[in-house]
Amino acid sequence: MPEATAHSIAPLGITRDRLATFVIWSAALLVTGLFLWLISDILLGGITRLSWAFLTEPPFDAGRSGGIGPIIVSTGLILLVAIAASVPPALGTAILLAEFSRRESLFGRSVRLSLDVLAGVPSIVFGLFGNAFFCIYLGLGFSILSGGLTLACMVLPILIRTAEEGLRSAPDDYRLAAAALGLSRSAALMHLLLPTAMPALIAGLMLGIGRAMAETAALIFTSGYVDRMPDSLWDSGRALSVHIYDLTMNVAGGDANARAAALVLVVLLLLVNGAAMTLADRWRNARIVTA
Amino acid sequence: MNWSKLNTLFPSRADQPLLWLLRLCALTAATVVLLILTFLVIESRPALRDVGIARFFGDRSWHPTEGEYNFMPMLSGTVYCSLGALLLAVPSGIAAALFSRWYAPASVAGLFRRLIELLAGIPSVVYGLWGLTTLAPLIGRLHAPGTSLLAGILILALMILPTIALTADAALAAVPQAYLRGAAALGLSRWGMISGVALPATRSGIATGILLAAARAMGETMAVLMVCGNVVQYPDSLFDPVRTLTANIALEMAYAMGDHRAALFVSGLALMLLMLAMVGAAGLLSRGRRYA
Amino acid sequence: MQSSISPLQRMAGRTKQPLNRMHGTCEGVPVTKKLIFIVFLLLAAWLSWTLWSTPPASSTTRKLVLTGSSTVAPLAAEIGRRFETLHPDVRVDVQTGGSSRGVNDARAGLADIGMASRALKTSEEDLYSFTIALDGISIIVNRSNPAAALSRQQIIEIYTGAITNWREVGGRDAPITVVNKAEGHSTLELFLHHFGLQNRAVKPQVIIGDNQQGIKTVAGNPNAIGYVSIGSAEYEAGHGTPIKLLPLEGVQASVENVRNGSFPLARPLNLVTQSEPAGIVRDFIEFARSEQVRELVEAQYFVPLAR
Repeated sequence: MPEATAHSIAPLGITRDRLATFVIWSAALLVTGLFLWLISDILLGGITRLSWAFLTEPPFDAGRSGGIGPIIVSTGLILLVAIAASVPPALGTAILLAEFSRRESLFGRSVRLSLDVLAGVPSIVFGLFGNAFFCIYLGLGFSILSGGLTLACMVLPILIRTAEEGLRSAPDDYRLAAAALGLSRSAALMHLLLPTAMPALIAGLMLGIGRAMAETAALIFTSGYVDRMPDSLWDSGRALSVHIYDLTMNVAGGDANARAAALVLVVLLLLVNGAAMTLADRWRNARIVTA
Repeated sequence: MNWSKLNTLFPSRADQPLLWLLRLCALTAATVVLLILTFLVIESRPALRDVGIARFFGDRSWHPTEGEYNFMPMLSGTVYCSLGALLLAVPSGIAAALFSRWYAPASVAGLFRRLIELLAGIPSVVYGLWGLTTLAPLIGRLHAPGTSLLAGILILALMILPTIALTADAALAAVPQAYLRGAAALGLSRWGMISGVALPATRSGIATGILLAAARAMGETMAVLMVCGNVVQYPDSLFDPVRTLTANIALEMAYAMGDHRAALFVSGLALMLLMLAMVGAAGLLSRGRRYA
Repeated sequence: MQSSISPLQRMAGRTKQPLNRMHGTCEGVPVTKKLIFIVFLLLAAWLSWTLWSTPPASSTTRKLVLTGSSTVAPLAAEIGRRFETLHPDVRVDVQTGGSSRGVNDARAGLADIGMASRALKTSEEDLYSFTIALDGISIIVNRSNPAAALSRQQIIEIYTGAITNWREVGGRDAPITVVNKAEGHSTLELFLHHFGLQNRAVKPQVIIGDNQQGIKTVAGNPNAIGYVSIGSAEYEAGHGTPIKLLPLEGVQASVENVRNGSFPLARPLNLVTQSEPAGIVRDFIEFARSEQVRELVEAQYFVPLAR
C-alpha cells in the first residue's frame, strides 16, 4: 500500500501529505529518542552487575548484594497464574460482547461500562482488595496464587476491551461467508474470527503482561515480600517489580542492583512478548494465510 | 454485525455449549467487578457514615489525622495530570502507530513496535526513578522545586503512550485492505488515505485505547508519587507540586487507621466515579459524532 | 508488515484461502469444537482447583509470619534468614505494609509478630512490644549547600514558611525547597513532636513517602531541605550521594551519637505481639534482641541495643 500511494499526484494533497510525513517521522523519532534516553539512563547502570550468579543466586544483605534467582522464579509463577486465570474468562467475555450481543444492548453497555470503571481503579486498591479477598477470605495467605489472581483481576479490563475491539474489527464478510457455508459459530470463531483478530488479541495480551510485570502496589499486599525460592504456589514470593521498588525506595545503597534487576525485567518482557508473538503468528498463518 | 438474533445466520443448535461457556466467562468477569465494588463500598462506609460526603468537598484542607477531609485539591491534581498526559500522549501515540504501519520501512517498523511493547512493560517504579533522578532536577533548573505537575504530566505521558500506540496499531492492522485499495484507486495521497479512510475506520479501536490509557493515567500510583511533589493544593502553574488521589492513597494507606483509612477508600470510590464520568462523556461525544 | 509479500498479494491470499479452508473444515467442525470445549473445561477445572483446594499440609515446618513497617522489614528478613539456619523446621515470612498494618495484623492474629518503626500509641497499649534496634532522624541538605548548621528556631521558621530563602540563614540567594513526610508516617510524627509543630502549619514544597525518596529528592535539588533516617543518610552520604547531614542542636547527626544517646531525635524499631510471646515466637524475639544479630542490625545502618 504505501509504495502505491506515496507518490500520488493529487496536487492539493502533496503539501499536506509531506507535512504529515514530516510530523509523523518527527513524532516517531522523538518517542524513540526519549525512550532510548530513559532506557540507557536507567538500565545501562545495571549492566555491570549482571552475571550468571546474579541471575541464579538469592539476594543477600536486603538485596544490596547477591542475586535475584528466587525473585525471577516467583515473577514467572505469578505471571503464569495471572495469565491462566485471566485469559480464558477475558476471551470468553470478549466473544460474548463482540459476537453475541448488540453493541448498544443494555447488557453490552453495562458490562463495558463496569470494565472501564474497573480499569480506573488504582492498583493499590486492587492490592488491598486482593489482600482482603484472596489472602484472608479465601485463606490463600500471602502467596504467589493470591498475587497472580489479583493481577488477573487487574488485567481483565485490558484483555477484554482489546479482544472485543479486535473481534469487532473482523470484516462482516467473514461472518456472512461462514454462515453461507453452514459453519457453526464455534467453527467460524475458531477458523476465521479469532485468527483475524489475533493481532489485537496479542496487543492486548502484551499490554496485560506488561501491566502485570510492572505492577508493584498490588503485589506488595498479596504475593508479598519474601525473597526465598518458592516451593509451591502457596508460598509467598517477591516479584521483580517489588524487589526493584524496595531497593530504590527502601534500602540505602540498593540502586545499582535495582537497575540490574530492572534490566532483567525488561529482557524477560522482551522474551515473553517475542514468544507470544511467534506462537500467535504461527497459529494465525496456519489458520488463515497458508492453510 | 453480530449474531445476537439466534438462528438467522446460523440455524444450528451446535453452538449452545459455546454460548453457555461464554456466559460463564462473562459471569466470572462480572463477579470480579462486583466484588471489587462491594469491597470498596464496605471499606469506605465508616467514613461515609461518620464524616459525611459533604465534608470531603467542604472541609478546609486534607489533614485526616486532625479531622479535615477535603480531597478536592487531589481530585484536581488527578484530573490535571491525566488530562495533560493524554493531551501529549494521544497525538504522539497515534503518530507512533501510523509510523509503524505506513511510514517506517518494514525492518524499522518491527523494531519500533518491539520498542513500544517493551515500554509498555517497564515498571512504573522505574519510570518514577528516572523522573525523580533525571527529569525533576532538569525541571528544577527551570523553576524550583522540579517535582511538579509538569514532571507528573511528562512521566505519565511516557507511560501511557505505549498503550495508545499499541491499541491504535492493532486497530490499524485490522482495517480491511479493500478500503485502502479503494483509497489508492481514488488517487488519495498517503495522508489522505490515513485521515479519510484508515483513522475513521479505526475510531472505535483508538477510542478504546485512549480510554485504557486514561484509566492507566488516573490509576497510576508509584511514578506519580515519586515525581509530583505531593503537596495537597490547587496548582497555580505547571511548576507547582500537586498530589493525586492515587499518590495520596499510597502515601497514607500504610499508616492510616479508622476513619482515615476509610476516607482513603472513599477517595478510591471518587476515582471510580471520575472514571465513570469520563466514560460517560466519551460515550456522549462519540454518539454526537455518529449522528452528526 | 512482517513478511516480504506485498500487502496486495497477501490480501489476495487472505480473501481466497479462508474459503478454501472452510470447505476443508466442514467435516472437522465437531472435533475442533470438542477441542475448544475440552481446553476451556480443563482450564476452568484447574482454576477452581487452585481456588478451592487447600494448601498442602505442612507437617514438619512451622511458619512464622511478620508484617508491618517497611523500615524494619529488610532487617527482619535478614534476622529471619539467620534464624532459619538455626531452626531448620521454621520458616520466617516477612511482609511489609506499614507500621499500622503491623500493629493491626498482630492484634487481629493475621501475623504472629507485627513490626512498627515507632513506639506503641496509647490506644495500642494492650499489645506487647519489643525493641530490636534504634534509629535516628537527621536533617539533610544538598552537599553543595553552604549552610553548615541550623538552629532549632531556624528549622521551625523554615518549615513554617517564615524563612523562604537560604540567604536568611547564611546560605546562597536561592529559594528553599522544604521536603516534608506524608501524613501518618512515624518519622513525621516524631519530627513534628520534637519541634513542637502542627502539620497544618508546615508549608512544604515537596512531600515524600519513603526515606530513599527523600534522599533522592534532596540529592537532585541543590536548595532542598529534608529529614530522613540517619542510617540511610549516613550510608548514602558516605557512598557519593550529594547530600550532607546537618547537626541537630549542636549534636552531630551520626549513628554513633544515636548509640550513645546524645542525639535528641531517635526512635525505636519494635516487634509487636498480641499476647505474651511463647514458643517459637518468643525464641525469635529473643534471638532478634540478642548479641547474635548485632552485625545484621549494623549492616542495615540501624543502632543495636545497648548492652
